[in-house]
Order: sequence, then C-alpha cells, then structure tokens
Amino acid sequence: MTDKKRIDDETGTETTGHNWDGIEELNTPLPRWWLWTFYATIVWGIIYTILYPAWPLVSGTTRGILDWTTRGEVAAQIEAVNLSNAEMTQSLIEVDLGVLERNEALHRFAVSAGAAVFRTNCSQCHGAGAAGVQAAGYPNLLDDAWLWGGQITDIADTVRHGIRSEDDPATRWSAMPAFGEMLSEEEIAALTTHVRSLSGLEEADPQGATLFADQCASCHGDEGTGDRTLGAPDLTDAIWLYGGTTEDVTYTIENARFGVMPPWGERLGEAQVRAVAAYVHGLGGGEAQVGTTD
Amino acid sequence: MSYYLRGSSGVLLLIALAAIAFFAALAAGWSRDVAYMVHALIFMTVAAGLFVWTLRSLPVGGGPVLPPEAPTGYMDGPVRAGVIATAFWGVVGFLVGTFIAFQLAFPALNIEWAQPYANFGRLRPLHTSAVIFAFGGNALIATSFYVVQRTCAARLWGGPTAWFVFWGYQMFIVLAATGYLLGATQSKEYAEPEWYVDIWLTIVWLSYLAVFFGTILRRRERHIYVANWFYLAFIVTIAMLHVVNNLSLPVSIFGSKSVQVFAGVQDAMTQWWYGHNAVGFFLTAGFLGMMYYFVPKQAGRPIYSYKLSIIHFWALIFLYIWAGPHHLHYTALPDWAATLGMVFSIILWMPSWGGMINGLMTLQGAWDKIRTDPIIRMFVASLAFYGMSTFEGPMMSIRAVNSLSHYTDWTIGHVHSGALGWNGLITFGALYFLTPKLWGRREMYSVPAINAHFWLATVGIVLYAASMWVSGIMEGLMWREVDPNGFLVNSFADTVDAKFPMYVVRALGGALYLAGGVLMVWNMWMTIREPRTAAIATPAE
Repeated sequence: MTDKKRIDDETGTETTGHNWDGIEELNTPLPRWWLWTFYATIVWGIIYTILYPAWPLVSGTTRGILDWTTRGEVAAQIEAVNLSNAEMTQSLIEVDLGVLERNEALHRFAVSAGAAVFRTNCSQCHGAGAAGVQAAGYPNLLDDAWLWGGQITDIADTVRHGIRSEDDPATRWSAMPAFGEMLSEEEIAALTTHVRSLSGLEEADPQGATLFADQCASCHGDEGTGDRTLGAPDLTDAIWLYGGTTEDVTYTIENARFGVMPPWGERLGEAQVRAVAAYVHGLGGGEAQVGTTD
Repeated sequence: MSYYLRGSSGVLLLIALAAIAFFAALAAGWSRDVAYMVHALIFMTVAAGLFVWTLRSLPVGGGPVLPPEAPTGYMDGPVRAGVIATAFWGVVGFLVGTFIAFQLAFPALNIEWAQPYANFGRLRPLHTSAVIFAFGGNALIATSFYVVQRTCAARLWGGPTAWFVFWGYQMFIVLAATGYLLGATQSKEYAEPEWYVDIWLTIVWLSYLAVFFGTILRRRERHIYVANWFYLAFIVTIAMLHVVNNLSLPVSIFGSKSVQVFAGVQDAMTQWWYGHNAVGFFLTAGFLGMMYYFVPKQAGRPIYSYKLSIIHFWALIFLYIWAGPHHLHYTALPDWAATLGMVFSIILWMPSWGGMINGLMTLQGAWDKIRTDPIIRMFVASLAFYGMSTFEGPMMSIRAVNSLSHYTDWTIGHVHSGALGWNGLITFGALYFLTPKLWGRREMYSVPAINAHFWLATVGIVLYAASMWVSGIMEGLMWREVDPNGFLVNSFADTVDAKFPMYVVRALGGALYLAGGVLMVWNMWMTIREPRTAAIATPAE
C-alpha cells in the first residue's frame, strides 16, 4: 500500500493517495449541478411535506396546508361526475322504460352508461362483447333468443333480481329435474334424439316424442318452443345455452342445469339497472315493448 | 479440505451431520404436505452425503498425523464456484422468464398435463427468485469474496465458512425453487419461501456477513475501499430486511404453511419496505460494490471522485430505506406514509446518480475503450441503464404518475430495464473479467462472442423495455378512458386483448437476452477448457 498523492496525467486532478489492488481515487470535487439538484430535491421535499399530509406526530399526523387526501380527491371526482349527470340520471329513473327509445338524448345517455356498467359488472361472465360462454352456460346476449323475455322491462327485471338467486325473493326461479334418476339410459337416448330433432339436427324418434310429451312438454311446451315465464328454453331454434351435441343434450337431460345470476338491483341502483338494460336491449336482439302506453 | 477436518472437530461434524440426517428423516415421515416432505428428504440426503464424504476425508486412525499446512494466498475456490453458479442460474432464470413471457402472450402454453406445476402462477416466482437471488445473489457473493480479498489484501476469514456460504446458498435456491413448484409459498413478492427456508437463509446469510466482515477486520490496508462499504451495507441491510419481513408463525413444525405476524396494511407496508429495499440494497447497493471494483480495474483508471463516493454512499443508504411506501399509493396505506415514501424517492434521485457519475466519469481518459473493449462497453451500457432506471423510479413514485403507471406493464418495463440493463450487463462484464483471471487464462476464449453478447443483450433489453412502456401506458390510459358523460369506455378484457402484440415483442426481447446468456456460457466453458496461460492468483500480500 502506497499512501502517495500524485497528479493524474489524463485529468490533471490530484489523487487521494489511496491505492487498493491498483485502484486509485481522484480528489475531484462534487459536480456542482449534481449538488444543486440534490439540494433542490431536498427543498422541494420539505415544501411538499408542508403542503400535503406527511409527518407522523404523537397522535395523528400533519395534515398539510392544502388539506388534501386521496379519499377526498376521488370523492370529489365522483361527486363532479354525479352532479353533471344528475338531471339525466333522475330522468332515467323516472321514465317509463318501455318508451325510453322515444327520448333520443336520454336513450343515448342510458346506453353509454349501461355499456360502462356492463363492462365493469357483466363482462366477466357474458364476455366483453356480450357473446356469452356456451361451455359455462353464460347466455349470448347478441341474439334474439331470450330465456326470460327480451323486452327492455324484462331485461331490467332479470338484472334487478337475478336468476335462481338465494339472496332475492323476487328472483326469476325455475328448476329442471335431473332425469338421470327417473329414466333409463335407453329412454334418455331416445329423448335426446327427439330434442335434437326439434331443430332438425336428427330424424324424429317416436319413443322420444312420447317421453317428451309426458315429461317435458309441461314446461317446454308441446312443440318444444319453451315458456318464458319459467325460463324454459325454446328447443326448436337451434340455439343452445349449454351446447347442442348429443353428449351435451344427454348431460343436460340426465343432470339438469341450474344456471344462476346474482341480483344487481341493490348493488347498482335503479338508474344503472335501467341503463344496462337499455344497453343489452340495444345489442341486437331486443324485442319491442308490448302493451306500453304513454 | 482435510486441513480443516482434524481431530475432534471432524468427529463433532460427523455427529452433527448424522443428527441432521436422522431428524430430517423423521420430519419427512411426519410431514403434512408434499413440499415439506421433499425438503426434508433433500436435507436428509445432503446431510447423509456430507457424512459419508467427511468420513472418507478423515485421516486414517493410527497413521501419522502430519502437522497441517495453513493455506496461503487468496481463497478463490468459492469465487470460482460462484462464477459458474452465476452463469448457470442466470441462464435458468432467463429461460423461465422467456417461457412465462410466452405464456402471457399465448396462454395455451400453460400446458394441461403440466398443471399445476408449470402454470404461470408458480413459474413467475421461480423466474424472479432465479434471476434476483440465484443469478444476482451468486454474482454478489462471488464478486464480494473476490473484491474484499483484493482490496483488503487479506485471505477470506473463517476458513471453510466461505464454502458453507456458497453451498448453503445453493441449498436455499433449490429449496425455494422446488417449494414454488410444489405450491409452498407465503405469497410475499420476492419473499415467497416458507419459514424453514427463511431460517436456513438467515443462517447462511449471517455466515456470509461473518466471512465478509471478518475479512475486512483482518485487512492490511488502512482504509476500507468504497466497494466494500457498499457490499457491507448490502449484506447487513438484507439480513435485517429478510428477518423482519419473514416474521411468521408456522402452523405446524412438520408443515410448510405459516402465518404472518403482521396483518392488513401493516403487513403490506412491511412487505414493501422489504420489497423496495431488496431493489435498493440487493440490486443497487450490492451491484454498486461490484461497479466500484470492476469498472476502474477494467478501465485502468482512478475512481472519478472520492468525495462523491462518500456523499452518495451515505445519502443512498439513508434515503433508500424510507422509499418503500411508494409501492402502496392509492391503497389502504395512510396518505402521510405515501407522501413520505414519494418525497424520499425523489430526493433519492441524485444519490442514485452519484454512482452513475462516478462510474462513467472514471472512464475519463479512457473513452476510446468503449470502442475497443466490449467489457467496458457492457459496463457503460449498464451504467446508462442504471441512470435511466434511477430517474424513472423516482418519477414513477410521484403520486400522479403512479396513478397511471401502477398495476400496468410500465412497472414491469421499469424493473427489467434495471434488472436486464444494470444488473445483468454489469454481471456479464464482471464474469468476463473474472473467468480468465480465476482460471489462469490471458483473456476470454472469444472476444467477438463478448461483442455479440453485448448486442444480443442490448437489443433484447430495448425490445423488452420499449414494448412494456408502450403496453403499460396504453393499458393505464385505457383503464381510465371515459366518455363525455364520465362513463368507462373499455372493459378489462379489452385492455388485455390490446396488449397482445407488445407481449409477443417482449417475449422476443427475452429470447434475445437468453441467447446472449447461452453464448456467454459457451464462451466461459471454452475459456476454462483452454490450457492455462497465466498465473491463477496472486497471493495475499
């Protein structure tokens, strides 16, 4: 170790005289811009902590002279949006849903609000594009096949109370029996053939037709066209909630299905329920209102 | 090794190993879950293997016991092992990282038959731990052992303890990695290993501290070199962070599951106090230690400013420890804590840059080497990425910026410009510096291959970071996009869908970086296989 200061040839700066394994150090002073920027950030830091909540005290903390909080900030933003939409929102709650479309401005407002509600709350099951997920029995909302009705008021009711929900007494309710315990395999096979024949997927099966009339027609109708008051699907339209292959239909008959949807009325509030109903109604399959008068 | 195993100490070691093997076998039998059982069996196998090996290396009874010769010179065995381990774990970590990047772009790669072991959720901590702790940790341990000996002109303190540190640390890596795959995790980012693995790491880490500090104490230089300040700060602080963040109660001593002693926001704050300082002390302070030795050595120039090294060292050490709350903006964390985290992060900007300035300006009078020496070029690029990351970090800690960047890929891009750029490139440079010296070769087998590695890595980093910046900012903007009435425009799935092209580019960037790593391993392998051309090590003065 040699503690000898020397002048470095390349830079003309003195070294500190230290030497470790051949490494020396120059005695260059701190770069001025570095030092002043460092000071500036410190000064800025002190000012910032005076303006905003920062320093812990014995009980509580300094609140900052701006009296700013993250919660306060987000509450103010939400308040501002709510305030600017207050009039439209109130009109939406009060309007007769069946004639919403006649008020063009309000309808446009409802659809754009409903789209946001849908993206946040519904897309997880029904998909961002609302095409549903057949493998999981989440219905496609783009077509004109409706289990519980496709008028805007029907849709609003479904959203408000959900389907087969234990949390809402007004929920839409029905349950198909699991026929696996009641019918033989052969009978179920015949029934499957008949059900598939209703939409022209297979040739008719007389044994299946008889079984259908005995077991299924009370809900799905003599012709298999379904019953919306019971949420019993139309079996003639070749649109399948859980799939229409022989395996899918057999599984449905044997085990039954019990699709559920949560009730959204309390969580969303009336305005958002109506808005999302307007959005879903406008996706393509919405049905015209029957029996609405001004 | 037999030098250390003489007389009664050898017998005591045998008894201890037998006891460990015995109790590990019992623990395996009583285990409550698969991960714990596998880990107990690993402990048992290792202890039994060491028992046999120790027994065989004991002097034969009755024979003349020669007075052992004390070893002289630097102890470079653990450094050589560490250099190999760094390269090995580096390639493993890059490989897993590239694979999970492709998994994100193409979810079908979560292959059905490999579930649940090879799904993204288990491979992701495997990747982060492999690159940070296995690759980065081995690089830090190996280089610190090399540097502390040279700059203190002293042999490593503690005899075989350095070997225990090396192998004990590899054991920790294996326990952590197998635990993740088998589903044992305490779900704390970068601190996933369960309680008994944490205890094991604590033992290894305190041994590491003892070796490092012991060597400093027996130094033959009057002053402690700046690299050793940084290494020591890194070792001490990581010990503290590791112990506090992993305070937990095991559900059973025969099971892997444990429960954190902190709850709710206290747990979150402890976790990010740890998490951010893993970045600050593991990936910054430790690697600055590396920088302070290898850059002046390779450039053959004095350190730019002694004053700057003192001021930025103490400022960095003091400020970093408070910056953690910026990971918890807009959460249950109280506003005052978030404010302090942000303010300290911004004040940290210049102290962080002090290291970059000192590194880059050390090249004063040797700038031409950037053109001629690919190792210097790696160091310069590394320092440039260090500078970018340590500017980007404080910027992202600002609450308003964070409200856009948080939870997006921007964070991922930021982390990787630091990890791939700063930590990766400086480690590659150090490995290229060390390999010929440790194995007594004049230089690396192929210098053009180092150059190719530099370009593969640099282009890989640019693809990675740029795609994640674009993806992250796009994602943040899409999340907050509202129509004139204030209603959300995009669903979450829309934002995921929009990121697909960027995910593919990111994965390709990772593949390039991995290719560079493989090239380095080949180059190291060929160098080590070459006939010796230079003296291996200079003795401690």
